[in-house]
Amino acid sequence: MRRFVLIAVPYLWLLALFLVPFVIVFKIALSDAALAIPPYMPTMKDGLSAMFSQLDFENFVFLTEDDLYWKAYLSSLRIAFISTVLTLLFGYPIAYAMARAPHEWRATLMMLIILPFWTSFLIRVYAWIGILSTEGLLNRFLFWIGAISEPLTILNTSTAVYIGIVYTYIPFMILPIYAALERLDASLIEAAEDLGCSRMKAFWLITIPLSKGGIVAGCFLVFIPALGEFVIPSLLGGSGTLMIGKVLFEEFFSNRDWPVASAVAVILLLILIVPIILFQRNEQRQQEAEG
Amino acid sequence: MVETVFAPWDDPNTAPLISFKNVTKRFGDFVAIDDLSLDIFEREFFALLGPSGCGKTTMMRMLAGFENPTSGSMSLSGRDIAGIPPNKRAVNMMFQSYALFPHLSVWENIAFGLRRDGVAKDVLNARVEEMLKLTRLEKFGRRKPHQISGGQRQRVALARSLAKAPKLLLLDEPLGALDKKLRQDTQFELMDIQEQTGTTFVIVTHDQEEAMTVASRVAVMDEGRIIQVATPEKIYEAPNSVYVADFIGDVNILTGPVKAIGADTYSLNFGGKEPVTAACDRTFTEGETTHLAIRPEKIGIHAERPDGPNAVQGKVLDIAYLGNLSTYHVQLPSGQIIKAQTANTRRISRRAFTWEDPVWVSWSATAGVLLDQ
Repeated sequence: MRRFVLIAVPYLWLLALFLVPFVIVFKIALSDAALAIPPYMPTMKDGLSAMFSQLDFENFVFLTEDDLYWKAYLSSLRIAFISTVLTLLFGYPIAYAMARAPHEWRATLMMLIILPFWTSFLIRVYAWIGILSTEGLLNRFLFWIGAISEPLTILNTSTAVYIGIVYTYIPFMILPIYAALERLDASLIEAAEDLGCSRMKAFWLITIPLSKGGIVAGCFLVFIPALGEFVIPSLLGGSGTLMIGKVLFEEFFSNRDWPVASAVAVILLLILIVPIILFQRNEQRQQEAEG
Repeated sequence: MVETVFAPWDDPNTAPLISFKNVTKRFGDFVAIDDLSLDIFEREFFALLGPSGCGKTTMMRMLAGFENPTSGSMSLSGRDIAGIPPNKRAVNMMFQSYALFPHLSVWENIAFGLRRDGVAKDVLNARVEEMLKLTRLEKFGRRKPHQISGGQRQRVALARSLAKAPKLLLLDEPLGALDKKLRQDTQFELMDIQEQTGTTFVIVTHDQEEAMTVASRVAVMDEGRIIQVATPEKIYEAPNSVYVADFIGDVNILTGPVKAIGADTYSLNFGGKEPVTAACDRTFTEGETTHLAIRPEKIGIHAERPDGPNAVQGKVLDIAYLGNLSTYHVQLPSGQIIKAQTANTRRISRRAFTWEDPVWVSWSATAGVLLDQ
């Protein structure tokens, strides 16, 4: 009985906070837009059987007909993928340096990584506008040192979006990689060198494979939220950057077309399920390998 | 058939495999190795013995190439090796933690070094199989390190470090993680493997029994210096200092001024009723403070005063029964405690002495070693 209660708690949690909202969103996705409150029909007021009979996949068909949507999905996937790679490229050396730093420094370095979270995410993204805009700090600095004569246009380009995503999500990349690297026994590297590896080769053959779990976890932790990212592309990316999170927002709030927006959300979720399952598998395998 | 004794260190014509010349290693202000010179010969099983922090691990890490001497020179087969990185040395190391690669199978762990050398596939396969056979791991080749026992891991580490047939194999506390019984069996295995492969082994250990069992020569170290290098028998029976005598096994030390009383014979006034006599071929000046080191098993314990030069009376303070041996702690009237050991050669016998019994302890003139430091 107690076991049943223990297992029931997380399942109830999932049911209430994930499955029920998903069913509601899915139901809205199968409805039609209407000038009403709520802005879709049919609703429960029409009676259950009448409601179910009027549901259809019209909105999903619509998503395939208008190329805006699949372009937005593809563009989001591309941006999320490139940002993940960039975050890994910047995050790995930082995590490596942290794991190699003297013991008494590590807590401080960890704090520095986590500290930005104490400030509002929105304020930090707005700060980037101040840095990246044509009269922003970056341009003025480059101008001052004489590197440029014309201001660079960074804000409202995809570069700004990449900067924003890498900046925001890099802690999620650093922390799991750091955790993996910190556990790494330094004598393994020495053993590899002793057996004939150069420093570089030992890094490729030992350090990278043994931090693979951290790399995979970090990549998913960046890729999954970056795919549905809305704030960064809309504040830093301007109108030129197409991302599905932004499309979703506009369908909901500007168009007030809840059914289409819900359909977009359902498809986004389906796209995300694949990496989420892969992520779970990775975690599980990691635990088995350690057990 | 005349069997030649393996003692290249006594032959001035043999060139050493490894030679340390005035090597000093400092870490900041800390002197880890202090002006140390040492020769190690081919096919030797050499033990570096000392308490933790004595510099033995630093010596090993310098041989492996992880540390470079601050001053002095180090050579391997006559070639100076200072500054040569670990991956370019014909030296392999077995790590204390074994340092097995957790993501590779036992087979791949052993093959790791050979792969780096680009050994041809069939040669590599044959060599790995040979190593698996040597360490009796044939059945475990496909397992990962976390799927085998501690003793098996130890053997994988050994196989991996031997796979490249190094000129010199370094073993850093190789048996430290094993329980006592397994450790004893493994000591003999190590000796067998050393003999079979003919590799020179240098072992670092803080376990004197282990060093004595496996090594052809033992170097006793303290605070970055080598105190004595000798065969296990010499280290035990003829230590050159109180430190060595005390570090290896159990010992009684009697200290006091000496007086020559005959050819190579001295009397030592250690503060007892009468002085004791000791034979020694070294010369001491009269009145010089010396230490007489006597092993407990060289001391007899008697109820009546025995004949002979050295007999002192005392009473039994403590008895330590070890099964095969019993150690009696005998307190002299001067307060000193002498340990005397007897072998329990009979299964059923009454113990001759018990607590507080007045007894005589005695030893021959040649039983002890006179030391000046």
